[in-house]
Amino acid sequence: MEFGDILLAVAIMLGKSLLMLVALLIFIAYALYADRKVWAAVQLRRGPNVVGPWGLFQSFADLLKFVLKEPIIPAPANKGMFLLAPLLMCTLSLAAWAVIPLNSGWAIADINVGILYIFAISSLGVYGVIMGGWASNSKYPFLGALRSAAQMVSYEVSIGFVIVTVLMCAGTLNLSAIVEAQNSSLGILGWYWLPLFPMFVVFFISAMAETNRPPFDLPEAESELVAGYMVEYSSTPYLLFMLGEYVAIMTMCALGTILFLGGWLSPIPFAPFTWVPGVIWFVLKASFLFILIAMVKALVPRYRYDQLMRLGWKVFLPLSLAMVVIVAAILMATGNAPGVR
Amino acid sequence: MRLELSMTVTAAFFYLFATITIASGFMVIASRNPVQSVLFLILAFVNAAGLFLLMGAEFLAMILVIVYVGAVAVLFLFVVMMLDVDFAALRQGFLQYLPIGGLIGLILLLELILVVGTYTIDPGLVRSPQVPIPSADVMTNTEAIGQVLYTRYFYFFQAAGLILLVAMIGAIVLTLRERVGVRRQDISKQNARTQETAVEVRKVPFRQGI
Repeated sequence: MEFGDILLAVAIMLGKSLLMLVALLIFIAYALYADRKVWAAVQLRRGPNVVGPWGLFQSFADLLKFVLKEPIIPAPANKGMFLLAPLLMCTLSLAAWAVIPLNSGWAIADINVGILYIFAISSLGVYGVIMGGWASNSKYPFLGALRSAAQMVSYEVSIGFVIVTVLMCAGTLNLSAIVEAQNSSLGILGWYWLPLFPMFVVFFISAMAETNRPPFDLPEAESELVAGYMVEYSSTPYLLFMLGEYVAIMTMCALGTILFLGGWLSPIPFAPFTWVPGVIWFVLKASFLFILIAMVKALVPRYRYDQLMRLGWKVFLPLSLAMVVIVAAILMATGNAPGVR
Repeated sequence: MRLELSMTVTAAFFYLFATITIASGFMVIASRNPVQSVLFLILAFVNAAGLFLLMGAEFLAMILVIVYVGAVAVLFLFVVMMLDVDFAALRQGFLQYLPIGGLIGLILLLELILVVGTYTIDPGLVRSPQVPIPSADVMTNTEAIGQVLYTRYFYFFQAAGLILLVAMIGAIVLTLRERVGVRRQDISKQNARTQETAVEVRKVPFRQGI
């Protein structure tokens, strides 16, 4: 490879990443708007409706407001770590999108261990919360950080087992190949959500717990902890925390789409539907999961902490462990296990 | 020229990761604040994962991040954050513990020299070149690890699992306390309640109460 070739490759990579980043952030802005609208509709309110037509520019107005406010750093806080925490959270959750294939061949990096990469990156998100809570040097953020550490580690275990069952069916760790493995003449009925339905449910609930989303938002439970680990944050650092959280939620929606809803595949596998570009199906499916998560936020009250832990360790862990064994046994017994020579 | 340039890039990344790993490893023991120590430890882990990536062992790199950074270090941080640390007291004991620390360090160093110095290639590997090593496009390194881990090293793998299980049971036995008088929620008991056992309907006489 000549030096010019390397430069060109790097420039293409940068261009792709930038395009992905801009598209993702704009999508997140409207996901946030949709989240608030769904929440409002459930409570018979109007939701944001002032900035722009139907309130469509609300998220951008919020962005401006946060950026223009004065960032306040508490005197006893550990300054460096206090500012590093939201940066870390935001960067890490954006980094996960490097491997997500929006269409066949549309990933910035189509790596062999894509699913492990996402799992690793999403498990690092907890550091933003812990560091933010500890560096604030204040009671409520600290309690929020401790809760978050215990909660995210617990639910990672069941997400891990969910991923293992999907991997056993698909026989690969590559995200594009997992989607291709769900490609059959059955269309929507051939995707993994149907044969692995219990795991789909476990994944959906664990994804909410993993991203501190209501009803599992114990780290920021406002009735007990004011705003949990974000109490001392204001202005842009707060915005970064918020953004990181929503990006992480979208990552989980995208991951659910890839693992259980056939990624970019068309639900009905014949002519007029297969002409639709795959990326549209992908966005539709991810948005569907996001709307489900938004509905859960509106409908379900917050869990108590001991109930949350019980659900993670005493219900999901045995259930997903049993499913791993059952799925493996069925695959072996019917001779459908991929990669067995 | 082609090979040379990509080698240079790889070498540059190697030195970057290696330098940060060693520097943050040093900072783990040098920094005054234990929380910062743990964070430097995490930095060392992440850079070690980067070194694995450079060698093409992407599975090991990801597992290192998931297990050590995502789980073990979180628990470390969890414990360390809750410690009430007196920094002055920490400094005081330094000279007192220096001899024993030095001794342990010396023993570890000797062991490392013994292990690395007597390192030879497994004769089994030398004897079996007739089994071709599949190229990287045919078999991903996850598959390759699985194929030796579950055949050749199966008993070692199982033994490692057993040791971890024993350690886990040990930790639970040491910390489990059955406290009396604690009111716990029993979900199955709650679900077993019926209308008959839970609600009692009484006729209350007017102006008398129960």
